[in-house]
Formats: sequence, C-alpha cells, structure tokens
Amino acid sequence: MKALTWHGKHDVRVDTVDDPEIVNSRDAIIKVTSTAICGSDLHLYDGVIPMVQSGDILGHEFMGEVVETGANSTLKKGQRVVVPFTISCGGCFHCNIKQYSCCENSNPAEKQDASATLYGHPMAGLFGYSHLTGGYSGGQAEYVRVPYSDFGPIVVPDHLDDEKVLFLSDILPTGWMGAENAEINPDDTVAVWGCGPVGLFAIQSAIVMGASKVIAIDHYPHRLELAKKLGADTINFRETDVREALMEMSGGIGVDAVIDAVGMEAHGFAYDNMMDMVKQTVGIGADRASALKQAILAVRPGGRVSIPGVYGGMTDKWPLGAMMEKGLQLRGGQTHVQRYTKDLLDKIEDGTLDTTFLISHRLPLTQAADGYKNFHDNQNEWTKVVLKPGMEA
Amino acid sequence: MKSDNRELGALAGAGIALGAAAVGAWLSTREKKHHPDSAPGWTQRRNFGDYEVVGRTVTIRKPRTELFAFWREFQNLPQFMENVEKITPKGSGGRAVWTIKAPAGQSVDIETEIAREEQDTLIAWRSVEGSDIDTEGRVTFEDAPGERGTRVSLLIAYKAPGGKVGQAIAKLFMREPEVQARHDLKRFKMLMETGEVSTSARRKDQTRAAQYQQENAR
Ligand SMILES: NC(=O)c1ccc[n+]([C@@H]2O[C@H](COP(=O)([O-])OP(=O)(O)OC[C@H]3O[C@@H](n4cnc5c(N)ncnc54)[C@H](O)[C@@H]3O)[C@@H](O)[C@H]2O)c1
Ligand SMILES: [Zn+2]
Ligand SMILES: [Zn+2]
Repeated sequence: MKALTWHGKHDVRVDTVDDPEIVNSRDAIIKVTSTAICGSDLHLYDGVIPMVQSGDILGHEFMGEVVETGANSTLKKGQRVVVPFTISCGGCFHCNIKQYSCCENSNPAEKQDASATLYGHPMAGLFGYSHLTGGYSGGQAEYVRVPYSDFGPIVVPDHLDDEKVLFLSDILPTGWMGAENAEINPDDTVAVWGCGPVGLFAIQSAIVMGASKVIAIDHYPHRLELAKKLGADTINFRETDVREALMEMSGGIGVDAVIDAVGMEAHGFAYDNMMDMVKQTVGIGADRASALKQAILAVRPGGRVSIPGVYGGMTDKWPLGAMMEKGLQLRGGQTHVQRYTKDLLDKIEDGTLDTTFLISHRLPLTQAADGYKNFHDNQNEWTKVVLKPGMEA
Repeated sequence: MKSDNRELGALAGAGIALGAAAVGAWLSTREKKHHPDSAPGWTQRRNFGDYEVVGRTVTIRKPRTELFAFWREFQNLPQFMENVEKITPKGSGGRAVWTIKAPAGQSVDIETEIAREEQDTLIAWRSVEGSDIDTEGRVTFEDAPGERGTRVSLLIAYKAPGGKVGQAIAKLFMREPEVQARHDLKRFKMLMETGEVSTSARRKDQTRAAQYQQENAR
C-alpha cells in the first residue's frame, strides 16, 4: 500500500510499504477514505518530538471503511467509522474513569519506559506519532491496523459526508475539551491563542458553551478572518500589544479563561521565545512556550488556563509565581477523544457545529508531502489539509 | 560470613520464612526494625548481597480470585513472561519445569517447587535444591480500594551463580531483571484487562515473539 512516511526533519515521503494485518483479536483493518494533517504532525515534521524513526507512517486523524475484523472486534465489514487518535483499551482504571488518553494498556509494555522516564508515567498509545506513544503506524495511508476496534471507533451514518465527521478523530474534540477545560461561564471573556484548526474549534466550542466574548489571537490575517466569522473578536499579535489589549477588552479585570492552542513551537520575537528557539535548534530540548507564558500573565487572578497545545519536554522561565500568586488553575492533556465522539456527532448532525469551514485543501494521498510543506510554510492560506487515498491525482 | 549475608539472614528470620534467605529481604512493611518507613522493602536504597531483588506492583481491574486462578496455572505464565518459553507441571505437588529462552534456539530448564500458597492471596515458588539458578518468586494479590480491582505485586529474587558458565546462565534467565519483571507484569495486566497483549506491530511477522523466532531460525 501507499503511505506517508517520516524520514527526518522536513523530509516526509509517500512510500510503498507492506499492508497491515490483523495481529490481535480485537483489531480491525480500516481502508482509509479521508485523513488529515494535524498541527501535531508539524511538530514531528519539524523534528521537535523525540523518538520518531525513519520509515514511521504518520497520521492520526483518519476514517474509512472496515475491511477486515479480528475475532473479538464488534465492527462489521463495510461499516464507515471515524477512529480516535488516542488508542484506548476500555478496560483499565483510566479508561474506566473516561480519561482515555491516559490508557494504561495501549502503549506496548516494552515501549512504556521512555515516556515513564520523561514524564513519570507512561503515555498511552497514539496513532502515527512517536515511539514514546507506541510507534503505531498511522492513518496517512491506504490501510490501517486499528487495535481495540470494539472500543474506539465510532460508526457514522451514511448521509454525513467524510468531511463533516472526519475531525471527530481529533481536532473537534480537542477544541471542545480545550473549551471545557476553560470552565466557561456565561459572563466570561475567553482568550484563545492560535487560530489553527484546534484554536478555531476551541473558539466555536466556547461560543456554543455560552461565553459572552471570545478573543482570538494569531498573526495570519486569513486565519483571524475565519475566527471572526465564527463570532470572535480578534487580535493580530504582530500589530497589537496582546496583554494590554486583553486588559482593555476585558474592562481592566483580565480575561477569565485562556486557551493555548499554539503548543511548543510558538511564533514571534519575544525575548524568551528567541532564547527557546535557539535551545530547540541546538537540541537542548526547551519547548517554545511563549504563547502559554503570555496567556498565564494575561489571565485574571483566580482564572483558568487550558492547554490543548502540545508540549513534549521542559521549558525555561516558567511564570511559576504568577500561577501561584494569582491562584490559577491549569488543565491540559491529549484529548480524551472517546469521551466526546457521540455527543459531538449529534452536534454535527443537528447543525450546532460547523466542521467544514476550515478545510482549505483536498489532495490525493500521493501528494501528502506537498500538503505537509504547504501546511507548514503557507499557514495563512493552508488552514487544513484533507488527504484522500481514493482521489485522482 | 560476609556482612551483607548476615543482614539477609536477619531479614529472613524476621520475614515470612520461605526457607531461603533472599525472600526475607523482600519483606517489607511489617519489619519496622529494618524498615522504618511504610514503603515496600524492594524500594529501599540498599543492596541485597548476592541476590538481585526485583519488585513491582500493578493494579488490575479484575477480581482477585480470577487473577490468582490464572497465575496458579503456571502453564499460563509464558503468555506474558517474554523470556519463558514454556512451563511444564511435574507431578501434582506444584513442581514445575520452566524452560527459559536462550539465543540460537537454545534453552535452559529450571525446576521449581511451590514454597507457599494462600488461596486468592499469595503464591511463592523457588528453585529446587541443585538448580543451576537459585531463584525465588512471589506474587501477592490484594483488594484495591473501591472499584479498582486488585493490587498485584511481583517479587523475584535470584542469586547469580559463581563461575563464568553460571553467570552466563543467569544472564539468560533474566537479561535485565528489573526491566523484565516490569514488562512482564504490565503484559499480565494487559492480558487480564483487555484479553490481549498490546503490540504496535503492523503485521504478524513484526511482533516481538515472531521476531524472536526469526532470529533463532537463522
Ligand atoms: N491536546 C491534543 O490532544 C491535541 C490534538 C491536536 C492538536 N494539538 C496541538 O494543538 C496545537 C495547535 O494545533 P493546530 O492543528 O491548530 O496547529 P497549527 O500549527 O495549524 O496552528 C497553530 C497556530 O498558532 C499560531 N501561533 C503561533 N504562535 C503564536 C503566538 N505566539 N500567539 C498566538 N498565536 C500563535 C500560528 O500562527 C498558527 O495559526 C498544536 O500544538 C498541536 O500539536 C493537541
Ligand atoms: Zn492531532
Ligand atoms: Zn485503557
């Protein structure tokens, strides 16, 4: 089959590789009909996530048709399913309390040590990411082996197009959980850093949850435009002093909650960001967390900090004092996708959520490498790329 | 007597007497004289003399009786103990022969007997007199709070035999005991909670078991 494989920093290629097989009894094989490139893939593309190996198949947002099932899979051949990017067993302590991205069993035993050393506990398995999270072959491929297929994938009705439901795999629940972690109350002003796909869905979710005002921050005019269309106020951080603006726009109180939908590769020329960029480049392993640090200073005392943006290591000059002295609450994490899929599918069906407005490009899988390059280099126009294995080149 | 041996002896006396000295060293929380805090003995910053001692605890969301019953059928253990090829019961008294994998298709046999058994609570085994490897193992099952299932603790102690040959055998028996025990116990948890052992292999011939077989076939 054809699959997008990683070979090093800014080097991904569509290669021919062996087809996947049923290995365990709860597996299913999915024939991919649509898959997307995520901001998290860009962290792999830039080489800032450790333990990605040459030849690894990337991709964790995908859906398709069930073509093969193991003896204990509950899926049926021919069903259309969306697959959560978090692999969860459904039977462990964490799955039982719906913290699915903390599943204790989905990362193979021999792969758990690295993340356990780095973070104190092993991470769960994720598709197409890093060997820290199991080294599972990903969804930017024609076929995928899906473990625990009786638990994760959600069957979608035929009358909903791929593009409407594809993002249930990741960025829609991620934006939703990002807003949920901000604990939004009706009178709240919420600020969202980053108007990429995750930020845009967080903005939409915050509005659906009833925030009185949502302020979106980025520097790409077109992405800010999309945020505005959703109903957000906007700040271009290249043109405006973000913290001063947020204080004024929240009546001098400060915003009630902040959402970091930027992650470990923040843009900008703030002093601390430049320092971190140098360290990241020479491999010292400092995450570029300048957006998050700005958010922590901007949020009002007693406010909430939600972090859907991905971080992988350490960061310097952490505003610990602001966190403690202002009495902030921080929440983050890889998304507990399975917790939200059913409810969000309903919200797509009844029109509460628009899931297609952010798709800018559709490409055949064979042009995936182009998709990466453009999603990375031309972020203003390339807001979301959907890859279709079946599409004519 | 070497000083660390003397200490092992003292611990053995204080702990549950399984016979051999090392077992006492695992025993843990109750022995206040030697263990002033409440942490399990195997987490102490000390060495256990000639013995390698490895201990690990996991919580498994299954009832104690079910886990105990599975473990007590020693033949089941190779399903999650990666370096054990097979375990063959010998007679009805709980004796068993463990066949340990070795490179180039070789294997090493160790005969064990049950040293102690408490229904649904504890199984301890040890190598019989004259074994190439002096080893003991103990697994305990304890109810976890609320709905969390069972806390399972695995303890393995073994004494590296003298001489070059002995040491080579010991290496095979447990390449990296700490790592091995940790992974084995994780795999036990997976098997019990999910019905299978997790793998990220995309194909059957890429699983660890398949790759091991391929290596040996060469
Ligand atoms: N928690 C999860 O489970 C999860 C899931 C998916 C994605 N993510 C993460 O969410 C983050 C965003 O993903 P995405 O797909 O939207 O990526 P993206 O790269 O398309 O978007 C990031 C946006 O942040 C903007 N930005 C950069 N620096 C900024 C700054 N200093 N202030 C304000 N905006 C800034 C960029 O211009 C860009 O528009 C990534 O870190 C990704 O890894 C997390
Ligand atoms: Zn993602
Ligand atoms: Zn689980």
